[in-house]
Amino acid sequence: MSGRVLVGVKRVIDYAVKIRVKPDRTGVVTDGVKHSMNPFCEIAVEEAVKLKEKKLVKEVVAVSCGPQQVQETIRTALAMGADRGIHVEVSGKDYETLGPLQVSKIFAALAKKEQADLIILGKQAIDDDCNQTGQMTAALLDWPQGTFASEVSFEADKLKVVREIDGGLETIKINLPAVVTADLRLNTPRYATLPNIMKAKKKKIANVKPADLGVDVCSRLEVLKVDEPPQRQAGVKVETVEDLVGKLKEAGRV
Amino acid sequence: MSNPLRGEVIRLYKNLLYLGREYPKGTTYFRERLKTAFMKNKDITDPEKIKKLVDRGDYVIKELEALYFLRKYRAMKKRYYEPEH
Repeated sequence: MSGRVLVGVKRVIDYAVKIRVKPDRTGVVTDGVKHSMNPFCEIAVEEAVKLKEKKLVKEVVAVSCGPQQVQETIRTALAMGADRGIHVEVSGKDYETLGPLQVSKIFAALAKKEQADLIILGKQAIDDDCNQTGQMTAALLDWPQGTFASEVSFEADKLKVVREIDGGLETIKINLPAVVTADLRLNTPRYATLPNIMKAKKKKIANVKPADLGVDVCSRLEVLKVDEPPQRQAGVKVETVEDLVGKLKEAGRV
Repeated sequence: MSNPLRGEVIRLYKNLLYLGREYPKGTTYFRERLKTAFMKNKDITDPEKIKKLVDRGDYVIKELEALYFLRKYRAMKKRYYEPEH
């Protein structure tokens, strides 16, 4: 057991920004828009750092795929307590079509190369809402997975995961190595304050290309169009119940 | 002179300025008020008083971190979870 944890972090448009669709309907405006780490990825980093602080794991490695700018996101993870970072360089067209399948192939290759015992990811990204990378990574590695984790603990040489599912909580025990995806209530991520960011500048970020890992980032998906959701129609106020029934009948709803 | 504390005050100012980038009402709003707050106390020389003000500044940092976390948590909860949760 190497005691190494890989944490995936994704650079996404900040959650508080109002999203605008590009005029040519091919995607969303990203130029000049504030970006930050995916909130679920922050929770994943926090969990990994907590495990290290409890001395249950030895090293936390933050990984991100994308162009030069994702180094900021890796730096934030380093400021939160990760030991070193790996930047998988993907840019231009490849980055626009980068999806869960390619990312999970990259993670699987990295997990083998770094001999990781645990991979922690956010359950989904707030920009594409795929909720697939964790599951695909586990499948590619043939590792057990504890998804939607709201609590993670070690029991002997196994991992106990409490999962948030429809209708309540499910507790499972899985073998290591494993993949865990973080849900909202797993923990409270610490803020990466300025002193921590400064200290993190000394930590290393390695550069890797997908080709070095033997991964083909060609996408099998093509985005046809991106549209805004339909505008909400203004509501209509009525005076009496009879009016309401009348209006509903008119609209063909009754 | 309050030389050692000068470093503390500058450190506090920089930390607050960094935190202010995410302030909901805008970075400029935050920066103006931060500057006013610091300038108001610029003539204080008593180390005790300065220490107290720096402590208050650290407290504000904790408040801001809590604000940012709650804002994010509530937004995520609203977007991704059923109302009954």
